[in-house]
Amino acid sequence: MGVNADPLVGGEGFLTTTIEAFANWGRKNSLWPMPFGTACCAIEMMGVFASRYDLSRFGAEVARFSPRQADLMIVSGTITYKMASVCRRIYDQMPEPKWVIAMGSCTCGGGPFDSYAVVQGIDEFLPVDVYVGGCPPRPEALIDAVMKIQKKIEMKGAPIV
Amino acid sequence: MSFDVEQAVGSLQNEFPQNIVNIKEYRNETTILIDKESINKICNYLKHNLDFTFLADLTAVDYLEVKSPRYEVVYHIHRFGPDCEENVRIRLKAELTDSEPTIDSVVSIWSGADWLEREVYDMFGIKFIGHPDLRRILMPEDYEPFPLRKDFDVRNREASKKSFEKALEDGTD
Repeated sequence: MGVNADPLVGGEGFLTTTIEAFANWGRKNSLWPMPFGTACCAIEMMGVFASRYDLSRFGAEVARFSPRQADLMIVSGTITYKMASVCRRIYDQMPEPKWVIAMGSCTCGGGPFDSYAVVQGIDEFLPVDVYVGGCPPRPEALIDAVMKIQKKIEMKGAPIV
Repeated sequence: MSFDVEQAVGSLQNEFPQNIVNIKEYRNETTILIDKESINKICNYLKHNLDFTFLADLTAVDYLEVKSPRYEVVYHIHRFGPDCEENVRIRLKAELTDSEPTIDSVVSIWSGADWLEREVYDMFGIKFIGHPDLRRILMPEDYEPFPLRKDFDVRNREASKKSFEKALEDGTD
């Protein structure tokens, strides 16, 4: 979707679109991540937020440790059953529309921890949009996941409430 | 003035000839097996008469199908010398039976034993008599099995799931 005004009308043109497409265009370019970091993947996630990989290039640099102001949950790190209810609570506190990235092997499927305490994949209790494998994933992989989320928002959109 | 392990062991042997079951020396580590009833008085003596002021670690081992009695509680006790070469460390062990896995708490001697004993209780179900607050420390409070016991399947997630679902329902995280 283009927003540049037609140069023929001297910058004072107009465009037609739907409210939904316009809102989703805004959403996809201003994702506010809620970082739910519990292990080493969180260190890699910090690297993605910091200057070298710079997630702000994708409009997603405003990491809020408050779920009420976030619309993208990045779960990065081993989730135990004791932590799972906290994770679910925080997800429930985020306002709609919201998306979830499962970052790293542990969140995707338990990783090496096939044990009594570790959840074998956060999709047991959360609706996951994008899975990122790796232990930990490279920053580029997380950036790719954010771009996939952006694509998902653009293509499928989210209802205007 | 120097102080070595032999001195400590000798002094213990003189003081508690009845309570010391076995003394082992392996690769400069001394392990003293004692009977569980005397844990408090031996620890008291070690701390107040021999200056073993620091409990470095407290843990347990489950020897199911390896030997009987089933459990051993292990204490690593440290004595700070005036210079680092005079630091001395000994290991105390006490055996507990499957039918009565209880031992006196040493929290009144080393308060650092508080969380260590809670962890041993959490993982092995060994009860420490006289502990001020013997609750689970790592697993959820309504969790039932003791996961580090050898007869517990380490991949069994049923109890964890139950606690998780209950926590979701009650809203108690």
